[in-house]
Amino acid sequence: MSDHARAAGTAHGSREVVLGRIRRALGGTGPGAGVPPVPRRYLASHLPEGPDRAATAVELLAENLADYRALVHRVEPEGLPALIARLLAARGARSAVVPPGVPDAWLPADITRVADDPAIGAAELDAVDSVVTGCALAIAETGTIVLDGSPDQGRRRITLIPDHHLCVVRVPDQVVASLPEAMPRLVPHRPQTWISGPSATSDIELDRVEGVHGPRVLEVVLVGPTGNGGTADPAPPGTTGP
Amino acid sequence: MSGTFLGMPRRAVPGNRPGAPRDFPTAAEAAGRNTTLLENLRHATHTIRDKRARAVAELSDWPELRAAGAAIKDEVLLRLDDHLERLEEAVTAAGGTVHWAADADEANRIVTELVHATGETEAIKVKSMATQEIGLNEALAGAGITAYETDLAELIVQLGDDLPSHILVPAIHRNRAEIRDIFRERMGEWGRAAPGDLTDRPAELAEAARLHLREKFLRARVGISGANFMVAETGTMVVVESEGNGRMCLTLPETLISVVGIEKVVPTWRDLEVFLQLLPRSSTAERMNPYTTMWTGTTEGDGPREFHLVLLDNGRTDVLADTVGRQALRCIRCSACLNVCPVYERAGGHAYGSAYPGPIGAILTPQLRGVGSELDASLPYASSLCGACYEVCPVAIDIPRVLVHLRERVVEGGEVTVRGSRVRLRPARGHAAERAVMRAARWALDHPGVVRAGQRAAGRTRRLHPRRLPGPGAAWTASRDLPEVPAESFRRWWRRTREAGAGGGTASGDGQREDRS
Repeated sequence: MSDHARAAGTAHGSREVVLGRIRRALGGTGPGAGVPPVPRRYLASHLPEGPDRAATAVELLAENLADYRALVHRVEPEGLPALIARLLAARGARSAVVPPGVPDAWLPADITRVADDPAIGAAELDAVDSVVTGCALAIAETGTIVLDGSPDQGRRRITLIPDHHLCVVRVPDQVVASLPEAMPRLVPHRPQTWISGPSATSDIELDRVEGVHGPRVLEVVLVGPTGNGGTADPAPPGTTGP
Repeated sequence: MSGTFLGMPRRAVPGNRPGAPRDFPTAAEAAGRNTTLLENLRHATHTIRDKRARAVAELSDWPELRAAGAAIKDEVLLRLDDHLERLEEAVTAAGGTVHWAADADEANRIVTELVHATGETEAIKVKSMATQEIGLNEALAGAGITAYETDLAELIVQLGDDLPSHILVPAIHRNRAEIRDIFRERMGEWGRAAPGDLTDRPAELAEAARLHLREKFLRARVGISGANFMVAETGTMVVVESEGNGRMCLTLPETLISVVGIEKVVPTWRDLEVFLQLLPRSSTAERMNPYTTMWTGTTEGDGPREFHLVLLDNGRTDVLADTVGRQALRCIRCSACLNVCPVYERAGGHAYGSAYPGPIGAILTPQLRGVGSELDASLPYASSLCGACYEVCPVAIDIPRVLVHLRERVVEGGEVTVRGSRVRLRPARGHAAERAVMRAARWALDHPGVVRAGQRAAGRTRRLHPRRLPGPGAAWTASRDLPEVPAESFRRWWRRTREAGAGGGTASGDGQREDRS
């Protein structure tokens, strides 16, 4: 069969032409014949097993996030609203987009809340100072937080247009060590944004510049037992304070 | 011995490909005279290759990840029809529409019609190798549609009316002062002008780009992208990026059109755990790139309301038909091979004359386009076969092996697949002299008496030898000195000294060895 059989003008274009070429290219072996199994001898994670593994993963997450210039804070649950209030005030933020799943108690009273409403256009979001969200999970080895559009994370555009993103991660239960640990916990059909530090470019002489089109400031709040019983914001090694 | 000539190809007759380099050696030589370009390239490639080595060294299981990556891609290729049909089904079920394009023209036509259907005359674009390969921007411009590049480097290239020269850093050939000049002079013609007091600090240049592009992002209704991966089992598309322009293009417009090569499919969701470890470390030398967007069809209330996937062949099935060359389709476009290549470093990306520069371009372009033109026939020779590209390739493409395979095709001709049909390729005319030389060498080396006579003659006439070879040999000596021929060959020296000092036994052994050599 030749390409003259091309079904021009159909909705699928050259579907049969391309599939036909593939089958001819693969020859008479038939589909899938002689395909060797994929060797998956790579590690499920690079973190050693042990009783401290969860705590080590949180430490590593904080270190890797900070290495890519995210600002990392640690706090016990009861200290969260005060910390969020302080971080927003420090940036001079007067308004914040808040998806519906974020508890009311997280935000201070003097901040104008903008709801994550599909009716709000990109230009209106551009006028909002900050966005406060949760996350689906965080990956320690790569310093990545994953958003999947759940109610505490909202539509993708709200974490893209405002210049300041404050993301709350529950530790240690939302932290996985590695990508092989992350994949089974994620739902492929949800729209996902993986974030590893603020937006950056190295396009000019390979000089890294933080903050191009996405939020120029990414603050990650790790909320959970801090180990020292404090509710303040102690900066562990490798962590940048405000 | 192999009859394939492994040196540089003959230069083409000037002027047979207006707008594109004539052939690799000519273009590389021109680039070699541009010291700014070479300095930019050297700085950039050396910086990133060292960073990559450190990022890779962090993972003790890199060889295992690499083996898994190669095996997954091979599985994709050997069942490509199945995976594409599953992908089509999953994307369609999730609310997307799948189109199939046999070649560049068809893909451009499909995209143009889709944009026309929205009533828009503008689109914002995420950096995409596939759309560059098919010349989509030019096709859209011909139909009255302006496509705005939004990646910083692509913006520099577009504003400068220039061509990309690197897969990852398309403006790698421009330094900060040149970029400032381009922004000052050209930004105003495309939209918001650059501030008059713009300096060449990278942070200030990036800020100018942010402001220039922001108004385009906020008003855009059509986005055009490629994709790094497509997951067959779920219909999920994946785009990795750094700046956030990708997120803008993929989530803000109402209509999203993605043009993706058919080899970009991976079978399962789980496979991403391999490639999302291999790609960022090989490419930008990061543990993870700043932003990755994954979407499956359309989602009510979040992102584009319409999603179109254009699956692109454009020569890929021809590559698939070549059992040696098909491994080039494993490529995940990380550009690690460019950054370690001594030839790329000295020739620059433009010399390769396609969207795909460097070692991967030298094996991909002649397979996608065939070796019919002087340029494409010269690409398999754009390498010293040092093997550094193979060593750093995260999916273990044996680039040197494919290069030699393609050189053989250029010289010997043979059966290949062109647009799905088997045809017989004639040996390239430009290589007739090399073929003659190789045939002569093979004959001479099979006849030791001929070698002896030749060496004696060469030794006696050594005073008369020119420093440069005449005729077709000039290409070789243009950048190399012809080695001086010694007055006496090794064989003669051996016979003379051994016969004089150690007696006949050694000499007769020497003679036998010589006859066998």
